[in-house]
Amino acid sequence: MKNNQRISLPSIPTLEYKKFLEQNVSLLKEPNNHCVNYYGFPSGGKIKLLCCIANDKEGTILVSSSYAEQNQLLPSFTNYNLAFHIFERELHENFGIKYSDHPWLKPVRFPFDRADKNSSSRNYPFYKIDSEELHEVGVGPIHAGVIEPGHFRFICNGEQILHLEIQLGFQHRGIEKLFLEKKIFLQRTTLAENIAGDTVAGHTTAFVNLWESLCNYKAEDDLKFSRTLALELERIAIHTGDLSALCTDIAYQLGSAVFGRLRTPLINYFQIWCGNRLAKGLIRAGKNNFPFTNELKNILEKLLHDYENDFDEICKEAFSLSTVLARFEKTGTVSNKDAFSIGTVGMSARMSGIERDVRKSHPHDLYSSFNHQPITKNHGDVYSRVQIRKEEIKQSIGYIRKLLENIPQQNKNRNPLSLSQPDSFCISLVEGWRGEICHCAITDEKGELAHYKVKDPSFHNWLALALAVRQNEISDFPVCNKSFNLSYCGHDL
Amino acid sequence: MLDNLKILFHQGKQYIPDVTNAEMPGIFRGRPIINSEKINEDEFMEICPTNAIEKNPVSIDLGKCTFCGECAFAFPNKIKFTTDYKISSNERERLIIKEGEDKPIELNPSLIRKEISEYFSGSLKLRQVSAGGDNSCELELNACGNVNFDMGRFGIEFVASPRHADGIVITGPISENMAEPLQICYDATPEPKIIILAGTDAISGGIFSGSPALNRNFLSKYKIDLFVPGNPVHPLTFINGILELIRKRK
Ligand code: SF4
Repeated sequence: MKNNQRISLPSIPTLEYKKFLEQNVSLLKEPNNHCVNYYGFPSGGKIKLLCCIANDKEGTILVSSSYAEQNQLLPSFTNYNLAFHIFERELHENFGIKYSDHPWLKPVRFPFDRADKNSSSRNYPFYKIDSEELHEVGVGPIHAGVIEPGHFRFICNGEQILHLEIQLGFQHRGIEKLFLEKKIFLQRTTLAENIAGDTVAGHTTAFVNLWESLCNYKAEDDLKFSRTLALELERIAIHTGDLSALCTDIAYQLGSAVFGRLRTPLINYFQIWCGNRLAKGLIRAGKNNFPFTNELKNILEKLLHDYENDFDEICKEAFSLSTVLARFEKTGTVSNKDAFSIGTVGMSARMSGIERDVRKSHPHDLYSSFNHQPITKNHGDVYSRVQIRKEEIKQSIGYIRKLLENIPQQNKNRNPLSLSQPDSFCISLVEGWRGEICHCAITDEKGELAHYKVKDPSFHNWLALALAVRQNEISDFPVCNKSFNLSYCGHDL
Repeated sequence: MLDNLKILFHQGKQYIPDVTNAEMPGIFRGRPIINSEKINEDEFMEICPTNAIEKNPVSIDLGKCTFCGECAFAFPNKIKFTTDYKISSNERERLIIKEGEDKPIELNPSLIRKEISEYFSGSLKLRQVSAGGDNSCELELNACGNVNFDMGRFGIEFVASPRHADGIVITGPISENMAEPLQICYDATPEPKIIILAGTDAISGGIFSGSPALNRNFLSKYKIDLFVPGNPVHPLTFINGILELIRKRK
């Protein structure tokens, strides 16, 4: 199937588990394929497993399914391919499925409806090393700054980090279940907007594209325009804020202040456009509350012009300073092999030469008009992630200028959204600024939502951060962490 | 060095000179005004994703509202969102806007504890606890300290430890998994201390209200000193709410 295509649920092949395993594991041997989602849901007293492998060259998604029982002992996919580790950990946590050969079967987010109620955030089984020389450092769940909660446990040899384990789940709000419980469409849209506040355009676009497909609604160009523009603006705004935060962490005050203030007009622009600095309220399925006008275009053109001048100037200054480069280069490195094997997405993949970008491989909205070329780097270090941000900002400015050349007319007599189609499955991929966002939905025989699944790019990428800090000084942790800027709430759901 | 000075120079002055009277750019959705026009009240109520709207008389609870604006799109003659961003109060009731009302939301001076003006009027150090939610309020609370809003000039700052804090700011609907860490943080804050709820999620649970993954018992145990509505809270709403709290006296 294609991105945002609705297919009938019975058309998904159901395989016997061993065959299911063999097939999906062998699909992943092909480097153009990667697993975008693998999850389970209760179906007729059993757990139906659904595996979605994207072919990034052909722009297709291969979906297959199988059945498992609660508490059943199964051979793991992870034993053959590490990228599956997190999905199987989730299946284990949600349904109690056991794996005979999974190397790291630990809790993922402590959902309220987890299979094992005895497992709690207080008794997380941290990895331990017995040694008199090594010491452990634990921080969180409440962080020192105004940041979301997570618990980080370092094992250090003096100042050097040998191992970092990240315990998440503190932000768990039960979002996937709420999608089913909240029956009103606007409630579900609001939920999508509140998955991750720094990715409002990303998650809301994934939701509305998926929903429109479920309702057989073809979005008009003005809707696609708003979504594409919002996604690229969000990318520029967050990347700019991240550059500021990275400068703060290496005590480069000028960069911190200038990048920080450059973010302000961008998020204020969202407020000018839709009344909310983070774009909440902007994106709706089958409807456009905030049509784009010529006046908005003029404001944006001026804004980008001013932004770009100051941005170029501070980049030139900051990235020629040896003191800045010394902290970024060769810090927090993840090799291409490691990044590939754990299935990273977005910037965390592109930093290590993996060209993974939904905008190119599975384009939605107006992305096919850009002939998008993902920006990749090869070193996998903090500096690669910084450079990707810097270059993506410039690329996005180019895309926005292109979009502004041709503002689609607002469609004044849109058809209302019809009801969602019965017995369907749909998958929606969006390249958010952080990477690949994936929403999946299943409807029942009446067309009512029967299952909803959200996957934030952070779900894959937290492990990349843990690998990045190995052999680094513990004082480099903050800059490594900011260079990924992963989502707690997007992961915890 | 010269380059640095040049860059510094043409950044100009970024701070908002008077945060209590600043103009909001664009179409911010702040304090709503509901007029007394007759409408189908049930239809009006049904629009709202978070049950913020009540009828007889029609009212909107800003502690539940996510400021999506959908009610105003459906009934443009009935309700209008103004750009008035001063929407914090220390009395939960004052966040409920009734039809026909058009007056500023303020703090109730008789509910401000004496210790607050006694100890905190010149400086206030806050520990932020992110308890569920979607990180949007955290982004805006961070923005309060940037070169634009520059909250630090009033002696109001976020600190890294509850031991250094005069109070806590809670964002998010308080997930079950954060209930205990929140309590520990509160207990570790020295007396006298205040509690501020920032954002719709914290005040009422917002769109997450009723989720079995939440545990909001903490809130029934203590007096809340300030409610700051918004989804997320706007930095100007937050700063003005706090300034009123520490400056207003009985
Ligand atoms: S703006 Fe507030 S009151 Fe109106 S529909 Fe949205 S949440 Fe409800």
